[in-house]
Amino acid sequence: MNTLIGLDKLAPGERGVIKQLHTFGGMRRRFLDIGLTQNTVVECVGRSPGGDPSAYLIRGAVIAIRACDSRNIKVLRYREGSAWG
Amino acid sequence: MGLTKQSGGKGALDQGLVIRRTSPHQRVIALAGNPNVGKSTVFNGLTGMKQHTGNWPGKTVSNAQGLCRSEKYEYIFVDIPGTYSLMAHSAEEEVARDFLCFGQPDAVVVVCDATCLERNLNLVLQALELSTRVVVCLNLMDEATHKGIHIDTEKLEQQLGVPVVCTVAREKKSLQHLLETLDAVIDSPQTPFTVHYPVAIESAVARLEVGLRQLPLSINGRWLALRLLENDRALMQTLERETGIVPAQHPMLTDALQATHRELPDSEALKDSIVTSLLSEAERVAKIVVRYDKPRYDAADRRLDQLLTSKRWGYPLMILLLIGVFWLTITGANAPSAVLGDALFWFQDRLTDLFRWLELPEWLHGAVVLGAYRVLAWVVSVMLPPMAIFFPLFTLLEDAGYLPRIAYNLDRPFQHCNACGKQALTMCMGFGCNAAGVVGCRIIDSPRERLLAVLTNTFVPCNGRFPTLIALLTMFFVGTAGWSASLLSALLLTTVILFGILSTFAVTRLLSVTLLHGEPSSFTLEMPPYRRPQIGRVIVRSLFDRTLFVLGRAAAVAAPAGLLLWLLANISIGNISLLNHCADFLDPFARLMGLDGAILIAFILGFPANEIVIPIVLMVYLAQGTLAEPGNLLEMKQVFLDNGWTWTTAVSTMLFSLLHWPCSTTVLTIHKETRSLKWTTVAFLLPTILGIVVCMLFTAVMRWFGV
Repeated sequence: MNTLIGLDKLAPGERGVIKQLHTFGGMRRRFLDIGLTQNTVVECVGRSPGGDPSAYLIRGAVIAIRACDSRNIKVLRYREGSAWG
Repeated sequence: MGLTKQSGGKGALDQGLVIRRTSPHQRVIALAGNPNVGKSTVFNGLTGMKQHTGNWPGKTVSNAQGLCRSEKYEYIFVDIPGTYSLMAHSAEEEVARDFLCFGQPDAVVVVCDATCLERNLNLVLQALELSTRVVVCLNLMDEATHKGIHIDTEKLEQQLGVPVVCTVAREKKSLQHLLETLDAVIDSPQTPFTVHYPVAIESAVARLEVGLRQLPLSINGRWLALRLLENDRALMQTLERETGIVPAQHPMLTDALQATHRELPDSEALKDSIVTSLLSEAERVAKIVVRYDKPRYDAADRRLDQLLTSKRWGYPLMILLLIGVFWLTITGANAPSAVLGDALFWFQDRLTDLFRWLELPEWLHGAVVLGAYRVLAWVVSVMLPPMAIFFPLFTLLEDAGYLPRIAYNLDRPFQHCNACGKQALTMCMGFGCNAAGVVGCRIIDSPRERLLAVLTNTFVPCNGRFPTLIALLTMFFVGTAGWSASLLSALLLTTVILFGILSTFAVTRLLSVTLLHGEPSSFTLEMPPYRRPQIGRVIVRSLFDRTLFVLGRAAAVAAPAGLLLWLLANISIGNISLLNHCADFLDPFARLMGLDGAILIAFILGFPANEIVIPIVLMVYLAQGTLAEPGNLLEMKQVFLDNGWTWTTAVSTMLFSLLHWPCSTTVLTIHKETRSLKWTTVAFLLPTILGIVVCMLFTAVMRWFGV
């Protein structure tokens, strides 16, 4: 169960640990600026009524990211109380 | 008044990097901060200015400045656009960064959102790298306390090495302390905390710093060395433009740079490493100074979000809110409109008396009183009451933080149009004033998507067009009696607006597969915590700031337009006035669109301000050379009916009101924003052609059905 998944695969309420950013240039900087560095825990807090984008709780702020972008952010599912994975 | 114009969109000029000090006691202070931390509120509180505020990220798109006096100095505060970082990658971030680097501010105040400190610390740490005179201003402390978030400011001061001031920017007295702290900081610079990077980077920085010290630059060497390592091209270009220096070409630096590039990883990994160091430093500091009463301090916000953006309720609630706002506007505006109209026309009679008493010639009375003044009175009595209700309501939603949720809800459709979700925000601004909406498009990073938003902004009716729509709806579809009638007009108005929004989507889509072909760029949208709006302030602010500004603009246009109209209506060739000549000339073409010559000439003459369209139509019909008094709507309807109107004429007029050229202010703004005659022309022709086609189609279909 140690497989990396795209951030877009997290359902509302689920949390993940950022592992890799599969994106370069401006978008990568943007992701880093909003705090998506390695080992940051993020939580999916909702989906827009159209199903996309989704909102994520990142370092105390809620930020909406489109699935086409968030799938390039690879995370490990995070379960409270148990080991990661 | 200067800055008030910003909220109306017209005067939102970039003020450039150079701030003029007019006396030796003046000090320039940059006001930096993440988007949506209440920076503009702090700015307004300090300077007494009316820079527009709202609870959504990105509403300050260019530098604004204002004065404020403390005990020792006179400060020029410069409100720079909100940014998460100084490693600029969008237009507004570049404006912020360039000002901090090249504007030579005497000190920097970094405004932080106390409810979200860790995230804000990233920018604070970067500011500390640039300047030795920094004050951290913890704003929104009241909300933090309310959410059970406690910040140990003493520890924070120790950690950062610079003063920390707590403010509740909405309460003016808490800003006094900020000024006192600034006085102290100006006189004695601090030794701020330095972020340490991995060893390899540190030694490279040290090497570069030695070389940079040889250059006559006032920018912090360590910071510039880091940017050189990152190979920040945009910064180096600005540096060359502002100072004429190209560090990479300096012999000492060229060697040092080549050496470091051999040792260090590629620039992408290097950037990652720098950003990660900053963020983990921020995380460390936050852990030391922030304490939470409860782990889910944001539970209330999340619950509200779950309702307002839910699959089931998200869209219906948006529409209900829209209906609600329109209903309150329509119901509330009726009575005051009538009273205001009576008062203004009573004053007109007194003016007439005055002209008679002074024995002034009749033509002068006609031009000034029946021409200029009467059109002005019309515009004021028709526009002021709905605006005085609509703007505060809209500002309430804006202050509470609902606008980003609209953008979030509407992102999916915009995505289908290959456009940016933030276009929903600029669309919302367009409801107030299209020119303001066009300026607001700067929040969109990608030039292609920004252009899409600029070109389609006029499809949402601005405040100048609401009175036309409301009057026509009430006359032809609702009747004027009772609250159910006003509810029905609110419903119909909402339908019209939804049609406008649909056109926005359709045209955006069309453009994105033709003229502005391209892939959607990625975007991130912050959804700020909800805030309880301060109702009293909202009303005062939106009245004096927005309402009077828009009204002032309308009045400035309406008076001369009134004069021109009076001349057109009173200069006759062969017994028919010029105005009627024009109307007759346009008539055959207008008929194809379901309008008539009078309506079309009214739209053309209404180019400076859409508000005067209906008054001009009436004027042509009544052919008495002056505007009719805005009596009740029933009388007005009778005039229209006598001139051959049916309900289809009303629909065509509303359609054309929704889809026609932008008003002159908007056109000028578009030209200023796009700096291109080509796109300005497109922005003018696109809605016009669409309007003509839609009206013709509607008319043809109706005729086919025999209506």
